[in-house]
Amino acid sequence: MIRTMRVGLLVTCLVDLVRPRIGIAAVKLLEEAGCEVVVPESQTCCGQPGWNSGDRRSARALAQKLIEEFEPCEYVVAPSGSCAGMVKLHFAELFPGEGAWLERAERLAQKTYELTDFLVNVAGIARVPGEYSGSVTYHDSCSGLRELGVKRQPRALLAKMAGVQLKEMKDAETCCGFGGTFSVKFGEISAAMAQAKCERVRESGAGAVVLGDLGCMLNIEGKLRRMGDDQTLVLHVAEVLTWER
Amino acid sequence: MQLASIQFKRRAVEALADERLQSTMKRFGSGFADKRSAARAAFGVVAFEELRTASASIRDRAIENLDGWLLRFEAEATRRGTTVLWAEDADEACRHVLEICSRHGLRKAIKSKSMLSEEAGLNEVLAAAGVQPVETDLGEYILQLADEPPSHIIAPAIHKDLAQVSDLFEKHHAKPRTDDITRLTHEARDMLRPHFLSADLGISGANFLVAETGSVAIVTNEGNGRMVTTLPRVHVAITGIEKVIPTLEDLSTLNRILPRSATGQDIENYFSILTGPKRAGDADGPEHMYVVLVNNGRTRFIGGDLQEMLRCIRCGACMNHCPVFQTVGGHAYGWVYPGPMGSVLTPVYKGLENALDLPQAATLCGACEVACPVKIPLPGLLRTLREQQVERNLRPWTERAALRIWAALALRPRLYALATGVAVRVLHWMGGKRGSIARLPFDPGWTQGRDFPAPQGRTFRTLYAEYQRASHWRRA
Repeated sequence: MIRTMRVGLLVTCLVDLVRPRIGIAAVKLLEEAGCEVVVPESQTCCGQPGWNSGDRRSARALAQKLIEEFEPCEYVVAPSGSCAGMVKLHFAELFPGEGAWLERAERLAQKTYELTDFLVNVAGIARVPGEYSGSVTYHDSCSGLRELGVKRQPRALLAKMAGVQLKEMKDAETCCGFGGTFSVKFGEISAAMAQAKCERVRESGAGAVVLGDLGCMLNIEGKLRRMGDDQTLVLHVAEVLTWER
Repeated sequence: MQLASIQFKRRAVEALADERLQSTMKRFGSGFADKRSAARAAFGVVAFEELRTASASIRDRAIENLDGWLLRFEAEATRRGTTVLWAEDADEACRHVLEICSRHGLRKAIKSKSMLSEEAGLNEVLAAAGVQPVETDLGEYILQLADEPPSHIIAPAIHKDLAQVSDLFEKHHAKPRTDDITRLTHEARDMLRPHFLSADLGISGANFLVAETGSVAIVTNEGNGRMVTTLPRVHVAITGIEKVIPTLEDLSTLNRILPRSATGQDIENYFSILTGPKRAGDADGPEHMYVVLVNNGRTRFIGGDLQEMLRCIRCGACMNHCPVFQTVGGHAYGWVYPGPMGSVLTPVYKGLENALDLPQAATLCGACEVACPVKIPLPGLLRTLREQQVERNLRPWTERAALRIWAALALRPRLYALATGVAVRVLHWMGGKRGSIARLPFDPGWTQGRDFPAPQGRTFRTLYAEYQRASHWRRA
């Protein structure tokens, strides 16, 4: 008998607040992969805003909360490279020399995955439930790509969909300019970087830009709409993989 | 060089509005990065990564015993006839050079690229003392004519386009204007040649100092470095103390990674190892050779959270791969070193409070870290500087308040659910039919240049409860 994997879904605050349908899509994908999904109800934020802004104290408090919430799960999966990267790489940095907490942070890190990485490399999902037809281009979000090595995984999943045509853009690995609080502290620079990214997206000729992180998603969609482009879709990879015609 | 890093944001916004600079930066684009990537592939990706690891550990070995290697360098260089001078800061470095000038009666200095000389403002000091400084690196020469600082550590005039160079040459060379690049470089050569032949002092930097032989190693692509260090009577190499490495074997390893990381070259056009002045029977070389070893803030890195920064071999890969640098150019950073490495160096050298924006002026995308030949964890170091800013109360109260309110909410799930539930409904309504918000209230910068996509209107918690009920019914 195949044992069911018990996966805790780290929804992430941006999915919770802005695009909850991505969270539902993640649940569907994990269930399709044969996992039992649990969603700790008290979860909020992984502490990344504080961590990246130099506010170690608030980041540490939120990390402790998250560790307590997700410890009982066999795996932790997030539909975001940056939040998964926060847990996997940076939580341990918040507890230097603190025996017990450090150990708990490291244990959690070992079982935490970005969604597409988990589906491909851990769960070995056989088929994807969605049906999408159209051309897409893939933006590699920085944390997923450079902290977690997420590059091949989302493309492998999209390749399972007969109707999806992947048109790679130039500079797919270049930052879109979001950078968390950078996007508001240096709005002009951030928007200029987003513009460069959006030009690449449009040059690709794809009908949709697909990605795996909410920050980039808001940044790219916001810039496309400001540029007057209401046509190009901006979709999370989980949305495409569960697309219903 | 005048410190203007505190105005990073203003300077960056000006750079964004400068159409000419923007088109020059776009042309520069990922040129160097693409070349590095090709050189890495040709070298073999696995071997290249091993080379990075080896290079990082060579630099660590040098830094962990910096005083020891420097003393060894001094002893070996002295034994071979070089005079080694120590400078605590930029002023002392300049004083050493002036003393050398008066001791030997020197009137004209030809220079090859030296960032330390930029740190120290050496050209101004020399000129004030009646010693004419002449930059001989083509990019630096252009900037000397324009009276501007470099905007990139290895391609100093990257912010200038062809027409701007033609304008400068026309104005300063009293020759008919040309837009032909070959003719322009020949023109610069013709102007520089008499200086090469008449100068009595040559000033260079150092890419590496080899402790076991007391040698100064220099790489250039134009050959000017070789002329500067061999033609004049006196050669002064002025350099930061962190440039020391233990052995020639180390030099050979590091010189495999340096050109590939910088410009994508397998080897530079010119690679010189300078060990002492001209000896009896030597065909050429200076009569006197000096090395000025400058601290100027470098020891502040030792033993602290930012020590890895001292590994830096000044290749420029971090800025070549930095999307912020590519968007605003080097001058926005307001001091000698731009890009990610500058955003770590400047706050430490010149004071955290004098470069408040620099550690923040990065998306922490990590492109610099993966490109760095000596594996400096630049995003991590920037984050550490951000922590130091918070500890020292150097961030605006609005930012601290916003972070604190967010954390306080996020630590209280029920309150969080209540507050965010209302907020997403309001924002959803603001998005209207198009689902896009053109102006956010209390927004410090998002909606100036882009819309904010409206939230769906309900939180995941609500949707998930419905989803679970539906699956329950499906199963039932």
